Amino acid sequence: MIKIENLHKSYPMGKDSLHVLKGLNLHIKEGEFVSIMGSSGSGKSTLLNIVGLLDIHDEGNYYLNGQRIENLDEKKAAVLRNKFLGFVFQSFNLIGYKTALENVALPLYYKGIGRKERQKIALEYLDKVGLKNWANHLPNELSGGQKQRVAIARALVTKPKVVLADEPTGALDSTTSNSVMELLKEINREGMTVFVITHEEEIAEETDRIVRLKDGIIISDELTKNKVTV
Amino acid sequence: MFDLDRWQEIFQTLRKNKLRTVLSGFTIAFAILLFTLLFGIGNGLQNTFKREFAKDSMLSIYIWTGRTTIPFKGLQSGREIQFKNDDYKFLVEKFGDRMQSISPRIQRQGVQAIYKGEQNRYTFRAVYPNYLTLESAEIESGRFLNMLDLQKKSKVIVIGRLVEQDLFGQLSAVGKEINLGEVSYKVIGTFSDPGGDNDERFIYGPFTTVQRLYGNTDELDEFGLTYDPKLSVDQALAFSTELNVALKEKHSVDPKDQGAIRVYNYAEGNKQVSMMMLVLNLIILFIGIGTLIAGIIGISNIMVYIVKERTKELGIRKALGATPKSIIGMIMLESIFITTLAGYIGLLIGTSILEMIGDSLEQYFIVNPSVETYVVVGATIVLILAGVIAGYLPAKRAARIKPIEALNDE
Repeated sequence: MIKIENLHKSYPMGKDSLHVLKGLNLHIKEGEFVSIMGSSGSGKSTLLNIVGLLDIHDEGNYYLNGQRIENLDEKKAAVLRNKFLGFVFQSFNLIGYKTALENVALPLYYKGIGRKERQKIALEYLDKVGLKNWANHLPNELSGGQKQRVAIARALVTKPKVVLADEPTGALDSTTSNSVMELLKEINREGMTVFVITHEEEIAEETDRIVRLKDGIIISDELTKNKVTV
Repeated sequence: MFDLDRWQEIFQTLRKNKLRTVLSGFTIAFAILLFTLLFGIGNGLQNTFKREFAKDSMLSIYIWTGRTTIPFKGLQSGREIQFKNDDYKFLVEKFGDRMQSISPRIQRQGVQAIYKGEQNRYTFRAVYPNYLTLESAEIESGRFLNMLDLQKKSKVIVIGRLVEQDLFGQLSAVGKEINLGEVSYKVIGTFSDPGGDNDERFIYGPFTTVQRLYGNTDELDEFGLTYDPKLSVDQALAFSTELNVALKEKHSVDPKDQGAIRVYNYAEGNKQVSMMMLVLNLIILFIGIGTLIAGIIGISNIMVYIVKERTKELGIRKALGATPKSIIGMIMLESIFITTLAGYIGLLIGTSILEMIGDSLEQYFIVNPSVETYVVVGATIVLILAGVIAGYLPAKRAARIKPIEALNDE
């Protein structure tokens, strides 16, 4: 599903440039539940941005769903994001003046789906994350856990190939963190490839495979107990 | 291409961000409102000028007399100069080639006119038939004076529309007898005059009749003449100077004496008035354009601010699959929509205020203030274009927003 070969990325910092990713190789197959671990500055967010087509790599190859990503202009990236990727962010990133339902339906609008159909699908997904009754609430009327559930519903609504979650529990307490992780697991059990970025050991333990990053290189890549026991 | 979904998206954004929408709308509505009022009032002032100067023929020269202020050729100052019938002959013989018409005039003010029970006081003018052209008056019924009336020294008069209204009410005055200054005259015609109420309360009688009835002399008060329309403004002004010099010589007045013989040429006033109108127009144009520019800058500022405020939202939209084109389209449509709607509201308020003012500011020299449709349409188009420009630059910037940066922007 995601295949990365010898990936490099640097950011210009004044006269020098900061070499963030130093030749990563990673292969994530369809249906995997992978976490990327690393402290801040390890390059994990950069990796997510590149995988999420929010940023462009300098060197190496990146294949998404078998398609090589190169010469990506903004329009192509937007279409690919809409088609293949679902995002879950640490800070939820819901649009404040739209209700939960409208937030979930927004990716479908950019997909070009009609209004009635959008609402129907969005409601289905809200139901799936257990928030059907909150459909017409604005984000600021929801708790942190509920907001993240809405965000997850929004990430799933276009039936993407991969869900990318950037510190999905970073802003949540441990109880809600667990329930959000349960939800991601459930999604994974249904066959979705889930790609989580975190710096919390406990969260990473919940996934099937942990990839550890340090200073821009992968230092370990192993399956967790979960996978072994299953 | 009408995309209902896109409009719904825009309406929702505008509705959910009422304060922002109202503020940016207000700037534009206010700019257009001021623009409309300014132009309307400017036009009102111009209307007044036009009306004031439609009063009398633009080609007129009036000549009248006063007392001398400088001793000349052994004659003392303070001498009263009096025109007589031979001055008329003198002018016609010497300057007839450059005149269209000339008429001597005797004027008596506050002459009592009585018809049956009704009575009032009017200005009575004794003139020649061609005096009509000087006043740009038009005959409404009957006829004006003719040479036969003058030869026969007939007791006939022509009265203004308002004199007829005062004395006869709804009835026609033509053919009736009026007692005017204790002499009975027959009304042979009525006239209207664009110069206003005052000019429509004059009564005209034959020059010869009046000259004989009042004093039986050959004295007269003044001359009114119209010059050849082929003369340019400068030639016309030179012509009136020549008249002045010739008459001063004939009456033994010092050429430098400003009081004894006075010549007023309307061309002089015309020149001043058209200059003044030009300046007025320029001022209005300047302020109007200034107001519009202020409005445009206002919209641009607000749009830049809006895009900045929405950086995060736009980043989210992009992460969810919005193409740069759809972002530009969204911001521009919002901008154009607010501009057009608010501009239109400002316009409606402006024109209805002008409508309400109507002629109520006549005493401040503002008559029927209004704006021409083309000015208003032009201003609106400018504002819509402003909305496009104001929206485009920020939208372009918005489309360049990197989703990652936008999402990290707390």
